[in-house]
Amino acid sequence: MVNGVYINYYFHCKRHLWLFARNIRMEHNSEDVFIGKLISAYSFDRRRHEIQIVDDEDAIVMDFIDKNRKVVHEIKKSNKLEELHIWQVKYYLYVLEKKGIMGFKGLINYPKQKRAIKVELSDEDRTTIKEVIDDIHEIINSVKPPPVINKSYCKKCSYYEFCYC
Amino acid sequence: MLNAMRNYYIFKSGRLSRKDNSIMFETQEEFKSIPVNDIDSLYIFGEVDINTKALNFLAQKGIVVHIFNYYGWWTGSLYPREELLAGEVVIRQAEHYLDRNKRIEIAREFVKGAIHGFVYNLKRYKHKDIGKEIFQQLDNYLNLVNEQEDIPSLMGIEGNARDLYYDMFPNIIRQDIEFDKRVKRPPNNIMNALISFVNSLVYTAVLKEIYRTQLNPTISYLHEPSYRRFSLALDVAEIFKPIYGDRTIFDLLNNRSITEDHFDKDLNYCYLKETGRKIVVKAFEEKLNTTIKHKKLKRNVSYERIIRLELYKLIKHLLGEEVYKSFRIWW
Ligand code: SF4
Repeated sequence: MVNGVYINYYFHCKRHLWLFARNIRMEHNSEDVFIGKLISAYSFDRRRHEIQIVDDEDAIVMDFIDKNRKVVHEIKKSNKLEELHIWQVKYYLYVLEKKGIMGFKGLINYPKQKRAIKVELSDEDRTTIKEVIDDIHEIINSVKPPPVINKSYCKKCSYYEFCYC
Repeated sequence: MLNAMRNYYIFKSGRLSRKDNSIMFETQEEFKSIPVNDIDSLYIFGEVDINTKALNFLAQKGIVVHIFNYYGWWTGSLYPREELLAGEVVIRQAEHYLDRNKRIEIAREFVKGAIHGFVYNLKRYKHKDIGKEIFQQLDNYLNLVNEQEDIPSLMGIEGNARDLYYDMFPNIIRQDIEFDKRVKRPPNNIMNALISFVNSLVYTAVLKEIYRTQLNPTISYLHEPSYRRFSLALDVAEIFKPIYGDRTIFDLLNNRSITEDHFDKDLNYCYLKETGRKIVVKAFEEKLNTTIKHKKLKRNVSYERIIRLELYKLIKHLLGEEVYKSFRIWW
């Protein structure tokens, strides 16, 4: 089963995806995770309605849905990994469509940066997401983890010591 | 946030309890409160009363508690329910135990790590000359490790190498201390008492690190999986006993921080007095907190962290991605 986090990790690092999917997690001693949770929990406090859609194939948890304006909101701490966030929200829109919920757009909110990005789903995106989902299945079902990626952000990744020791 | 976490050692007798988000320790004279988030692991040497409320709290916070008896011997650890569960890792651990070839491959690395530790220590700490033939002999044992096809003979090689190493202790230790033969249960002289005590510190340090990974502490390779001990911690401790444990002992004896006065003798036992335990624990703790530049990670890591990295390497071996090579001291 694929979920939003998998999509995120897929674009971030396939090894991360594999380790995470196999439940090989590092100790959660990262302040980042903590702060991330806080921002997500408090920024949208008043109209907070987490929406979950879970079936055999997909699982998504959206931070907030504005039904009237047909907008899916996603809240993020930092806009450093914007590209990833965009794909995550596109995937949400894709799953909504699969359920027959059409015409939605996405909005990624970065409260700290006071910034928001609009996201729409194109035909091209739909094909890409289909391929990505297949790819994800292949990755998480492979016996060995994918290799380390040697990117600069590895140093900030919770798996850094595990990957490079 | 969690960098402030550390190991706490309780020597006095008293009462441990929970108060809000803290662990309280109360003795006749004093009252101490430790925020639970500061505690990495807890060592109890004193006679301590503790209730389930406190135990539950410690367990819930993932704090491993080690308990020692009157003589300072480790008697058990409270190993909380695992938080970092991954069926994947446990299955592969078992797979590597059940397959003889896979098992011995890992076991050999533990023995090699231990023997390398002996060699490094003899080279670095000798004050009287140690004959070439001793190093040749140890080298020989190292080569023999690869040829052993079953666990008992592998254990035998390790035992021989260890005997040779212990025989050289008089060339390392600058105090006149009685040390005929390594006797474990119960330690009968000062040196044996010291080794046993320090080894239990290494063992418990490894155990705590295992708790912080997905590894199951009871599935082991060199030692038989055992219901009385966390045998994987015994395995991994083999590597760190010479480098972390014995080196602490050499330093303490050679600068006379520990002398005969720190020991008591019973009819059959020899054991460290409280004053001695405190000195040893402090020295060992300092060792664990020492940092060193890690070549591959390109960052400073503590000796304690190196134990964790060793476990990560083992996990990667179990996942089939990188052949495990045991730790060699690089500094
Ligand atoms: S450290 Fe780098 S290679 Fe390892 S999981 Fe993180 S991003 Fe991927």
